[in-house]
Formats: sequence, structure tokens, C-alpha cells
Amino acid sequence: MGIEGIGARVARKEDKRFITGKGRYVDDMVVPGMKFAAFVRSPHAHAKINGIDTSAAEGMPGVIGILNGKQISEDGIGDLICGWMIHSKDGSPMNMGRWRPLAEDRVRYVGDAVAVVVADSKARARDAADAVVVDYEELPAVTGAVDALKDGAPQIHPEAENNLIFDWELGNGEETDEALKNAAHITEMKIVNNRLIPNAMETRAALGVYNAAEDHYTCWTTSQNPHVARLVMSAFYNVAPENKLRIIAPDVGGGFGSKIYIYPEEIVCLWASKRTGVPVKWVADRTEAFLADAHGRDHVTTVKLATDADHKVTGLKVDTVANLGAYMSLFSSATPTYLYASLLSGQYAFPAVHANVRTAYTNTAPVDAYRGAGRPEATYVVERIMETAARELGLSPAEFRRKNFVREFPHQTPVIMNYDTGDFDASLDAALKEADYEGFPARKAEAEKRGMKRGIGMSCYIEACGIAPSKAVGSLGAGVGLWESAEVRVNAVGTIEVLTGSHSHGQGHETTFAQLVSGRIGVPIDSISIVHGDTDKVQMGMGTYGSRSGAVGMSAIAKALDKVEAKAKKIAAHQLEADENDIVIEDGTLKVAGTDRSLAWNEVTLAAYTGHNLPDGMEPGLKEGAFYDPQNFTFPAGCYICEVEVDPETGRTEIIQFVAADDFGTIINPTIVEGQVHGGIAQGIGQAMLEGCLYDAESGQLVTASYQDYCMPRADDLPSFKVSTTETPCTSNPLGIKGCGEAGAIGSPPAFMNALTDAVGHNDLTMPATPQSVWAAINGTTPDAFA
Amino acid sequence: MSNVTMTVNGREVSGEVEDRTLLVQFLRENLGLTGTHVGCDTSQCGACVVHVDGRAVKSCTMLAVQAEDSAVTTIEGVAKGDELHPVQAAFREHHGLQCGYCTPGMIMTAIDMIRRHDGDLDEKTVRHDLEGNICRCTGYQNIVKAILAANEEMSGMREAAE
Repeated sequence: MGIEGIGARVARKEDKRFITGKGRYVDDMVVPGMKFAAFVRSPHAHAKINGIDTSAAEGMPGVIGILNGKQISEDGIGDLICGWMIHSKDGSPMNMGRWRPLAEDRVRYVGDAVAVVVADSKARARDAADAVVVDYEELPAVTGAVDALKDGAPQIHPEAENNLIFDWELGNGEETDEALKNAAHITEMKIVNNRLIPNAMETRAALGVYNAAEDHYTCWTTSQNPHVARLVMSAFYNVAPENKLRIIAPDVGGGFGSKIYIYPEEIVCLWASKRTGVPVKWVADRTEAFLADAHGRDHVTTVKLATDADHKVTGLKVDTVANLGAYMSLFSSATPTYLYASLLSGQYAFPAVHANVRTAYTNTAPVDAYRGAGRPEATYVVERIMETAARELGLSPAEFRRKNFVREFPHQTPVIMNYDTGDFDASLDAALKEADYEGFPARKAEAEKRGMKRGIGMSCYIEACGIAPSKAVGSLGAGVGLWESAEVRVNAVGTIEVLTGSHSHGQGHETTFAQLVSGRIGVPIDSISIVHGDTDKVQMGMGTYGSRSGAVGMSAIAKALDKVEAKAKKIAAHQLEADENDIVIEDGTLKVAGTDRSLAWNEVTLAAYTGHNLPDGMEPGLKEGAFYDPQNFTFPAGCYICEVEVDPETGRTEIIQFVAADDFGTIINPTIVEGQVHGGIAQGIGQAMLEGCLYDAESGQLVTASYQDYCMPRADDLPSFKVSTTETPCTSNPLGIKGCGEAGAIGSPPAFMNALTDAVGHNDLTMPATPQSVWAAINGTTPDAFA
Repeated sequence: MSNVTMTVNGREVSGEVEDRTLLVQFLRENLGLTGTHVGCDTSQCGACVVHVDGRAVKSCTMLAVQAEDSAVTTIEGVAKGDELHPVQAAFREHHGLQCGYCTPGMIMTAIDMIRRHDGDLDEKTVRHDLEGNICRCTGYQNIVKAILAANEEMSGMREAAE
């Protein structure tokens, strides 16, 4: 393995540029003649557009052009699409309304883009955008999904009657009903999974450059998957064919899902560059990000859990209404269906599970995958009701879970997933020990003496990563395959370039991917470069989301490395007059096993390029590519324990300790993995304690549209987390990697809420549990909507 | 339009700006110092923190013309050539960054924090004093660790010098 191979705590290669101010993000890009775009956005949640008057704006200083939805239609730019077809349980396809890059005759949420101004400075573009007068005829609006599905609710798209997008189910319904009928005990809950706004610290941005001489487009954009952006813009939006469209996602300042999607703005920047003849840059301000980034979560669920007399769970029945916002974003249909209901069996051997999911259009921003995407929602349902059932039955929450754990693998759940491996007792034991769970009653008693309320709660999560086997997702409605590609190019001097379709926006691929190669070949990571994020350099890729870069992206690299090593061994065998099967690669040399004969790696690589002494018929060069299509999902799992103390006088909750014991399979760089877990837990605690996206139900205005109103986790809201790992390698990929990017955000909200409800003494609390709502819960009053 | 002159990272610079131009815009757009970032419009995220006359300032909260005759230090001016500032080195050593976007502001805030507390820092103080800087990636844990480590190293350096 070497000191820089798999498992080593290597400091990140990419950090030097970030700590010295030399990172290159989209807004840092400057091209000659570049001008600036500002969007005219709807101030209404729902309105007809009767006209757009640009006369005042057109004459303003610096204005180059003002473009609208009619023009983008005239130029044949296509509708935005949702890339995953879901069929309702009656067999009908989902009811997808049209989404135009610039709204033409109707706006459907506050922030819907209507027109774009291009001017010679950001400020002047903004000034002129403010001077564009749109004649709106206001219509009634609806912001909640449950309300949107009621008779008489405002109708948002003609294609979706009663705003219903689909009514879908998964699992064994009859068996679940039977289990409920025969249950010794039924636990029932209504669970709200609060709506969130992702808030990567870099807002979305795009710089579109049209080169008329070449009829070629280049777009620098804040994307987690530039190749998917190129594919979609080319195949569906008619921006340009792939060979005339280059997408570059340079350093990207966080994504968390929100930068997967191809939004109207980057399409408009490219199109506007052609229309106006100048390069067009747009950078969202933070309020635009709040208004127009895809939001996350927003489920309302009723759930019933059936147990028998022996405290074994016999069935779980879930009914969910999910809000998809005003338009169906790229993966919006998959998030509350296959990424959600397929995880409702949790870590448990539930014999029967049934989920029904209805999705609704509302007059709110589009909702799509946000860190965890469906799996946090599923985990929240399962782990809240497991804890609640244990309390109702008078059992230890740990032992109730243990009684129902899956222990034999592979395990087929009633909801599609086939868990290949895991050891749920191991992570539970590790967490219980680290948290001194047994010592809790004494700590609670001590807190009581001080007039404080202590609570402890846990969550045993499982999630599905490494999406996904292309054939499987294709059969479930995905419009794309979810493999990954890689190319390993070895230079004559032995340095190595790895081209990957994964995209790093904080994950540290430049380090971890290099560690994989370093471990295999035995050359230092400094001589390995990771190339990503540019469709002109890397042929194809599916990008980074769903914790897939390790499990899928690195597996593709491993596959390409197999081919490179095989050829290098052939060359070495030829020159050393040995059998290629006797050649081993170790510490940067190719050795004949059991002898002292060897060649240095760079002697072999040079030989590959001089071509002076290669086996007969061998092509010169050393460069191999591979596509890796996963065999199965991977199943990271773990146990999180949270202990809180509530001040009943103020409702303020302090997190006393937060313990995470995760099983991510093989770990490439423990430091980076811990960092991913820290960040995920902070986002999960943010959801549980601080963050809530709130629309005014009547006006449809986004009330939480800045950092003054939307409460981001700050350093002093959080403790230092105690994180550790157990390890059962994944059996379905060559590296044994399960993925670690989302676990923290998936496992932590139920752990926190289980602790808080334990402290408060009842379950009547929803996320985010702000001091006011906690105080109200303690004092038996009804809180305002997380005011 | 106004003409503004200031010292940035030890060099005197001047430029023509609109009166409404923010210091961060002047640094990024006029001077090309793109290490200072903009993460919000309400002066809360701290991605734009620079030092003005030795103190941490959110450069989105200050007009360029207000910095007339001031000495401004940005993230690009913190290292001495190839030698990283101890806070920069600690952020790398302790994995105090992921996407890197909030990092320049975090480092500038941390340097000022260590100066203000004269080496007397603990976890609680660091967490409290980071209230004006938002990070979405790290959960702050390794940022806090990095600042405490840098504080210790710099205290050691001061003692050695005394």
C-alpha cells in the first residue's frame, strides 16, 4: 500500500490553492468582452403575464440586450426535463407540466425567471432588470403539498389535474395490511420532514461564451456533473450538439445535490451569448439562491408500525405526500420514490413494508435531491417510529432495534433493495460504548438537580449509495445509465494522469483518487494528477452525487488501472525475459517474483513510448480507459447517538454529545471520511434544530430568503462530534467502498429528535425544533410554524 | 465615479470606482484578487473577510472609497512567498476545509481572532468568535481544531521570540 496508498491520512493535494486564495471558481473566470446578466424574476407566487415593457430599461446606461421567453421559444430552446419517469399505480405516466427556461405566459413561484438583462456591469444589469415592467395578473397560490391536492386548490399546470403528479406505491400492500390486522401492538405517527434550502457557500453561476466563427459554445458553470449538463443541454434543450458544446465545472464551492441539476440560468447564459454576441456571466446573489435553487425534503407522512407479542416488527405502512414545487426538476421524481421507499426497511428484517407516495405541484421553488435525497426522509420515518414504538412498549430502544436487525446477508427487503453485507450490532455496540449509554440515567438525574431536562436518542440508519446498476435504474424509469468512466494516461517519464467523470466540489478527489493509484503502482501522489470537470478533457461521466465517487468513480479507475498494469507487465516480462504472470508491481518497480530482476516503473513507461523493445505486435503507449457499471447499490450503515440538555425556562437545546459509528466499507483516507461525516451531521442537526424553509401560505412569498431568516448552523450551535468506523467491505465493487458523503445528514436528524423528545417527555415536536417550539412543547402551547 | 487609493498586500494601488462599489468588488474586479469570496448579500457568511488596517472586516460591508488610504490584506497577502502563514498551514494539516469557498474568510477571521485574544483561546471561544463565518462543508470541527493548533504554534513562536 505504501504511505500514500489506501487507508493513509494524507493531507489534501488541492488545499494549497484554496488556503492561498488561488482556487478558481466560476465567478473568478474572466474572458475578453465579458458582460453580465441579471434576471427579472417573478415577485408573485402565481400570475399570468399580460405583457413585458422593457422600454425604460432599454435606454439605461450599459444595457446591451433584454431577452424574454418568447425569443427563447422562437430560437427552439427546449423545455426543461425531469429525467426519471415514474408511473402511477394505475399505470399512467407522471403528469409533467412544461417548464420553460424563461416563463412566457405564466409564472408559478416567487423567483420564476421571466426575462434577462445583459449589461456591461453586474450593477447596471441589476438596475435595468429592476426597471423592466412586467404586467402580472395575480392568481391564487398554494404552497403546501397536502393543500395542493385538495379539491378546489389553485390549478398550477394544465397537465396535472388537482396538481397530482403521480400516485405511486412500492412494497407488499396486502401483507402489510394483514400484519397490521394481526398486530399485538400498533404504533402510529404523523411525521413532517421539513423543507430545506441547500446553501452551498458558492452560489450558482454560469459564464456562457458563444464563438460565432466556430459555431461553438463554452459554459463555465457550478456543476456537480458537467457531462450530464452537456448531454441534457444537447439532447433535450437544443442548445448545441455535444461536439459544439464544452462544459467546464472548475472549482465548485459545495453542491449537496443542488448543483446536479441543469437550471434555466446556464441555458439562458449560453443562448444569450449567441443572441447578444458577447460572453455572458451570471452569478446568483444569495437571495436568488434561496429563491431559485432546488430545495430539499418537504414530506408529510403518516406511518404505522405493527409488532407481534414477541416485539418483532411484522409490518410497516407508510403514506407520504411530497412537495415537488412548481416544476419537476431533473431527478425530482426519483427522490421521493426509489430513493426513499426502497430504504423503508431500515436495518431491520421487516417481513412486510408498503409505501404510498403522492407528489404535488405547488407554487414554490422546485424540490429535488439534497444531501441524502430520499434516504434522510426514509430514515427519519423508520428511526422515529422505532424509537417511539420501543418507548410505547417499555423496551430499551437499543434492544428493540437489536431484536429486529438483519443478521443474514445477502438480505432481500420487501422494497427492492438487496443488502449485500453489514454488521449492525457492531456499529450499535460501538456507539453505545462511546456514548456511555448505560451511564445516562445518572447524568439525567444530575441534570434534573440543576433544573435541566436531559434526553438521549439513537438512530440506526442504512442508506443506499453508489448509484447505480444502469440496467436496474433503467427498468425503474431512469433516463440515463449510472456507470462511471475513467482513463489512466501514463506519461513517458512515469507520471500519471487520471481522467475521471466524477467531479470534486469539496470531497478531495485529487487526493483520494491519487491515493488509489499510488497504492497500486507505488509512485508518490505528487506524480499523479487527477483531471476532472471539463467535457473537452474527459470524454464522458455521470458526475458526483449519491456518494458515488468512491464506489463507482474509483471502481472505474481501478478497472482502467488493471488494464494499464497488464500492459506494463507485458512490457516488463518481455524485457526481463520472464512470464508476464510472474511480474508483480511493487513500490514503483516491476519485479519478477522470487528473483532480483526488476525494472523501475519509469523504465517500463519510457519503453512503452520509445517503442524500441516491445513485444511483437504491441502498440506503443500506455493509456487505458474503462467504464464501470455497478453490480448493486452499496449500503453504508451505522448508529448515531445524541444526548441533549434542554433548559425548560428558555427552550434552548444544547447538544451534550453526538456519537457516530459508521460502516463505510473500505476507507481510502480516514481524515477525509471524518470530515464528510462531520459536515453531514452538521447539516442533519441543522435540519433538526435550526433550518426550515418557510413560504407564506397565502401570498406564497418565501419568508426565509436570506441568512437573516434562514438559520444556518454556526460553529457555536454544534459540539465536536465523536466519530468512528467499523468496517465490513462492500462485496459488489472491486474496492469494497460503500460511500460516506451523506450518512451524517441521513442518520443525525432522527437521533437528535429522539433525544429531544426523550428530554421533553412527549413526541409533539417537529423539525426544526427551535427554542420557541421546544418551549411551547414543554409548556403545552402550540408553537407557530417554527417561528 | 471616484478615484480611490489604498495599499493592498503591501502595494499601493488606485482605481476608478463607482461610489457604490464595495471593497470586495474593487479587490476582485479591479485588482483581480479573486481569493476573497462573496457568499451572501447580508454580511453574514464571512467569505469576504479581509484585514483593513490590521483588523478583520467583511469587505462586502465596506465601500471601496471608505478604504481610501487604508492598508488592506487579503488571503493572497498572508503567506510570505512560499512560506505559509501558520493558520494556513494548520487548515491544511487539520483538514479544516473541503470546498474551499469559505476558507479565505475563515483564515482571515482566524488570524484576527488569535491576535485579539493574544493566544488565550479555547474551543468555546473559537466557536463563539466564528459566529460571523458560515461553512456548509466541515461542520466546523476541523476548523476549530486548526485554529486552536495555529494559536498554540503562534504562541510558541512568540514565546521563543521573547
